[in-house]
Amino acid sequence: MSKKVMFKENFMHPDKSMWQRHSRSERLTRLFLMIMVLAAVGYSAQNIEIIPEFLLDAPAQVKDLFVRMWPIQFGFYQKGVHEALMDTVHIASLGTILAVVLAVPIGVLSAKNLIRNVFVNSFARFILVATRSVNSLIWALLFVAIFGPGALAGTLAIAFRSIGFVGKLVGEALEEVDPRSIEALHATGASWMSVLLKGYWPQCEPTFWSVALFRWDINIRESSVLGLVGAGGIGMALDSALNLFQWTRVSLILLSIFVIVIIAEIVVTQIRKRIL
Amino acid sequence: MKGHDLVDARSVTLSIRGLSKEYVPGKPVLQSIDLDIDSDGITAIIGPSGTGKSTLIRCINRLVEPTIGSIHFNHQDIVGLSRSDLRLVRRQIGMVFQEYNLVERLTVMENLLTGRLGFVSAWRAWRRDYPQEDISQAFALLEIVGLSGFENQRADSLSGGQRQRVGIARAVMQKPQLLLADEPTSSLDPKTSVEIMQLLVSISEKFQIPVVVNMHDVSLAKRFASRIIGMSAGRIVYDGDALGLSDQVLQAIYGGEDWMQ
Amino acid sequence: MAWGLLVLYVVWAGARLDFTWSRFVVGLDNAEKFIGRMFPPEILQPDSMLNGLVESLEIAILASFLGILLSLPLGVLAARNLMPAWVSWPARSLIALCRSFHPVIVAILFVKAVGFGALAGILTLTVASLGFIGKLFAEAIEEISLKQVEAVRATGSPFISVLTYGVFPQVFSRFIGFSTYQIDSNLRNSTMVGIVGAGGIGSTLFAAFQRFDYSFVCAILIAIICMIMIGETLARVVRRLLGVDVQKSDV
Repeated sequence: MSKKVMFKENFMHPDKSMWQRHSRSERLTRLFLMIMVLAAVGYSAQNIEIIPEFLLDAPAQVKDLFVRMWPIQFGFYQKGVHEALMDTVHIASLGTILAVVLAVPIGVLSAKNLIRNVFVNSFARFILVATRSVNSLIWALLFVAIFGPGALAGTLAIAFRSIGFVGKLVGEALEEVDPRSIEALHATGASWMSVLLKGYWPQCEPTFWSVALFRWDINIRESSVLGLVGAGGIGMALDSALNLFQWTRVSLILLSIFVIVIIAEIVVTQIRKRIL
Repeated sequence: MKGHDLVDARSVTLSIRGLSKEYVPGKPVLQSIDLDIDSDGITAIIGPSGTGKSTLIRCINRLVEPTIGSIHFNHQDIVGLSRSDLRLVRRQIGMVFQEYNLVERLTVMENLLTGRLGFVSAWRAWRRDYPQEDISQAFALLEIVGLSGFENQRADSLSGGQRQRVGIARAVMQKPQLLLADEPTSSLDPKTSVEIMQLLVSISEKFQIPVVVNMHDVSLAKRFASRIIGMSAGRIVYDGDALGLSDQVLQAIYGGEDWMQ
Repeated sequence: MAWGLLVLYVVWAGARLDFTWSRFVVGLDNAEKFIGRMFPPEILQPDSMLNGLVESLEIAILASFLGILLSLPLGVLAARNLMPAWVSWPARSLIALCRSFHPVIVAILFVKAVGFGALAGILTLTVASLGFIGKLFAEAIEEISLKQVEAVRATGSPFISVLTYGVFPQVFSRFIGFSTYQIDSNLRNSTMVGIVGAGGIGSTLFAAFQRFDYSFVCAILIAIICMIMIGETLARVVRRLLGVDVQKSDV
C-alpha cells in the first residue's frame, strides 16, 4: 500500500495527460474509410438476393453431393481422362510460352527508363491492364467463338490473359535495373541490342524465370477449367460429366486436376531451387 | 515528500529454492539454485557465458520454464501457476532486455503503454483508450528517463541507448515490485552502458524497486551493484558485495588469469 | 540448349493439340468477321447489364469483407510459431484445401449446394480469399521477430493484446498489401463466376454469347475492364491513405 502512494507521487505529470495515436486528419481519414467500407458492405448485403430456403437446404445438398461422388470411378481414367489431362498441360505450357514471347516486347515498351515516349508507354500499359482484366475463362469464350471449340482457343486464352501478368512484372523489373551499369555500356558505344542483352537482361533474368514459372503454375490451374466453355483440356471432360450427372466421374476428374496441380507446384519448386 | 519514508522494506520477497533447469535432459544449465531477494537495490549476477545467468533471470518470470524447484514471489509459488494466474504475477515483474525488444513499428508512447496491457482490457488497449492516469504516468516517466518529446516517434528511429531507456520506462509503467534486466547493457557502448546503469540505480532508489541485473561486465557490476552474485557452471559460487569480489573469487567464477588486468 | 528444347517442345505439343497452320488462318479470317460484329459495341439490355455489374461488385465486396475478416483468426491459428501443432496443422490444412481448386470449380460445387445466384458466388470467393490471405498471413506471422512478442508477454498482457501489440504491428502493412490484392482478384473473378450460375455479370455475358449478340458482348467486356481499372486505382488510393508501402508487384 505504501508503494502505491509512492508511485502516485512520482508519476503524476502536472500538465500532460492527453495523448492521441493519430493526428486529427489521420483520424478523420480512418473514420471516413471505415464508414465507406461499412456502407458498401451493408448496402451490398441487403441488396443481394439470398433465398433462405436454399441456404437451409445446403447441408443436405452437400451431403447428397458427397454421397453421389463416391466411390471415385478410377476405371474411367485411362479412356476418358488421361489424354484430356495431358492436353491441359500442353495448353498451359504453350499458352505460357506464347504469352512470354508476346509480353516481353510489350513489357519493354512499357518501361519508362527504356522507352521515353509517354504515348507508347501508356499504350503498352493499357494493353497490359486490359489483358489482365479479362478472365481467362472469358478470353476462352471469345476464342471459342472465333476459332471454334478445342485446344487452340484454350491456348490463346491462356496466352492473352498471361500477357498482362508477365508484361507488367517484366516492365517493373526493367525499371528497377541499376542505371549505372547501363550508362557504362552506353559509354563504350555499344549498340542498342547489346545494351539490352548485356546490360538489362542479366539483371532481369532471375525475375524473368521466376515470373514465367509462377505464371505457368497458375496457368495449369486455369487451363483445367477452360474446357467448361469448350476450349479444350480436362474441362471438357468435366463439362460432359457434369451435364450427364455422372458424379463419380466428376470426382475422378477433380482428383486428377488436384494431383496435376500439386505435381506442377512440386516441379516449379524444384526448378526454382536449381535455377534461382 | 520523498516516497521512501513510507516503504515497508519486506514488501517484496523473491525466494528461490532448489531451482534446476535442463534444456537437454542430463545436462543441467542451472543446478539447485537457492536465492533470496528481499531488499531494494541492485543485485548483479555475473559469470561466464553459458553459465545460466540468463536462464535464471528468465525462470523468475517463467519466460523459461523451470525443470524442478520453487520460486516464491510474495509468498506465492509461481512455478505451478496457471496461465491466467501467471499473467497476474507477470504484471508485477518488469523486464528489460538485452536487445530492448521494443515493438519497432509502434511509437515510443505505445511502447510505454505496452507496460499497462496487463491492466487494461484488450478492447480498450486496441483502441488506445487508456485511463488518464496511465498517460500522465507515461509522460512523467519519459521525463525521468530523459526522453521528453519523443512520445510520437517510432521506436525504430531511436538509437540503442534511447531504446533501452524506453525499455526501462516500459517496465516501470507496470508499477512493478521487481525489475529484471537481462544483460541490459551488452548491446551498448561503454558510455551509454554507464548511463543506463545510472538510470537503473536512480529508478531503483526513486521507486524502491529491487532490481536483478544480469551482466558480463564485472567493473560495471562492482560500480553499481549493492549485491553481487557470481555464478559458475550453473551454481552460485559467490554472494556478497563488491568489496568481497577479490581476484581469487573472480578466478573461481571465470577461470583463467589473462582476462584480469 | 534450353532454348532448343523449348522450341522442340512447342512443335511437338502443337502437333499433339492438333494445331495446324490452316486452322489458324481460317481462324484469323473468322476473327476478322468476329471483330467486325463486335464493333460498334451496343448495350442491348441495359437493365440486365447494370444489374449484373452491380451484382458482381456486391459479390466482390461481401466476399472480400468476409474473407479478410475470417482470415485474421485463421492466419493466426495457422502460424506455427504462435500455436501448437495440434492447432496449426488443421488450420493450415483448411487453408490448403481452400486453395486447391479453381474458383470456377468451387463455384460449381456451391451452386449445387446453395442454388443459383449470388450466394454461391460470395461463398466461392470467400473460400478463395481464405486460401490466399490465410496462407500469406500465416507466412508473414511466421517471419516476425519473436523478441518483440516476448517482451509484450512479459508484461502480463492477455493473449489478444499480445497479438495486437506484438504481432500485428509487424505484419500490418503486408496484410493490407495482400488484402487489397485479393479484393482486386475477387473483383475479377466475380465477373466470371456467373458463367456457371453463381451470380454477377458473367451470366449476362454468357447469355449474350449464346445468342450471338457480339456487339453486346463487346459492351460488357468494356464495362468489365473499366470496372476493374477503377478498382485498381481505388486500391492504390486506399493504400496510400492508410500510409502503407505501395506494393509494385500487384497483378
